[in-house]
Amino acid sequence: MSDLSSALPPRLRAIVAEFQAADRAEKLELLLEYSDRLPPLPDHLRNNRAAMEQVHECATPVYAAVESHDGRLTFHIDVPEESPTVRGYAALLCDGLEGATPEDVLAIPGDFFYAMGLHQVLSPQRLNGISYLLAYLKRLATRELAKRNG
Amino acid sequence: MSGYAHPEALVDTAWVAEHLNDPKVRIVECDEDILLYDQGHIPGAVKIDWVGELNDPIIRDYLDRERFEQLMVSKGISNDTTVVFYGDKHNWWATYALWVFKLFEHPDARIMNGGRAKWIAEGRPLTREVPSYPPGEYRAPERNDAAIRAFRDQVLAHIRQSGTALVDVRSPQEYTGERLHMPEYPQEGALRGGHIPTAVNIPWASAVREDSTFKSADELRELYASKGITPDKDVIAYCRIGERSSHTWFVLKYLLGYPKVRNYDGSWTEWGNAVGLPIEK
Repeated sequence: MSDLSSALPPRLRAIVAEFQAADRAEKLELLLEYSDRLPPLPDHLRNNRAAMEQVHECATPVYAAVESHDGRLTFHIDVPEESPTVRGYAALLCDGLEGATPEDVLAIPGDFFYAMGLHQVLSPQRLNGISYLLAYLKRLATRELAKRNG
Repeated sequence: MSGYAHPEALVDTAWVAEHLNDPKVRIVECDEDILLYDQGHIPGAVKIDWVGELNDPIIRDYLDRERFEQLMVSKGISNDTTVVFYGDKHNWWATYALWVFKLFEHPDARIMNGGRAKWIAEGRPLTREVPSYPPGEYRAPERNDAAIRAFRDQVLAHIRQSGTALVDVRSPQEYTGERLHMPEYPQEGALRGGHIPTAVNIPWASAVREDSTFKSADELRELYASKGITPDKDVIAYCRIGERSSHTWFVLKYLLGYPKVRNYDGSWTEWGNAVGLPIEK
């Protein structure tokens, strides 16, 4: 875990620790709390799908976008309310990656959710779907990096 | 619901609303998304999670008699309880749970027509309050797989016999082998794409209307008969892991009254990976 901790931005590291300390039922409660707290899209993205990227591998219609201020990223993710598991995961990513740099995001191990113990509460099928979300956020981060360096 | 062979296997949302406090009735929500019940459910409904509560954690199989009895006791379900299932995605997991209950021959198990989507669309109440019921009193028989469940070797014999029919209820893309899972779902879990030889393709959701309620008996009869899935045959349905095909199993057995219908839960994740089994594309 020490290797993993150093690879995660501090906010995400704290969320991982929060989940690690939770038992199975508490992990589900936490995930639902995050789902409830997923921030609504900002005005300029609401009803503007063209400005967002669809996460095609996800079973539910999920859209993601990124904004950069002084090299610090803010992710916006839209997930329907009928999919609280994906919503919860999206919300904890948004929260955990708030203010991270593109390099921070790209350094996150793709399987970091194992450390949270999410595989104990979600079936392989469910895990499979959400694992794609981080890959999409990384794609958006790569684009920001290219903009900055280009 | 007239015209169905066993209309008593179906209740509508109004019936459920009238029986929320009926001690002889237990409403059970079973969803694909494990958090959906916790986000809001029909008042008084209990949750059954198919992964954690219906599947054996070690063997790819369903729970045994003893664990089924424990599950019933914990949900406040007795042998004489009327159990009404509902859920997301046109009741897909609801019919799966009902099928597992029928492996233990629970007498009175029904589906709420239209499922969670219709209940919500009608503006009916949801709650986050988790109810608690006195323990049920339950004696289950040993799980009876023979009547409604098919295994790999039985399917292999089935496709070589006359008087049988095999229905693949996955999406057309999965049937042809273009995909290994539904469109939009992560591709996973099978070494080969295609279908079991002789199977016809009737996607499971063609049995429901836009509001998630089942189509009329006449429409359903036509849908299946037009592809050769008729009541005179010994019918097996399959999909990827047996959840979508339990929906079709419910339609054929209860709505159309086919006498011999089984669900092959090994489905494509077994057949598509198994050594020595033939496929078609």
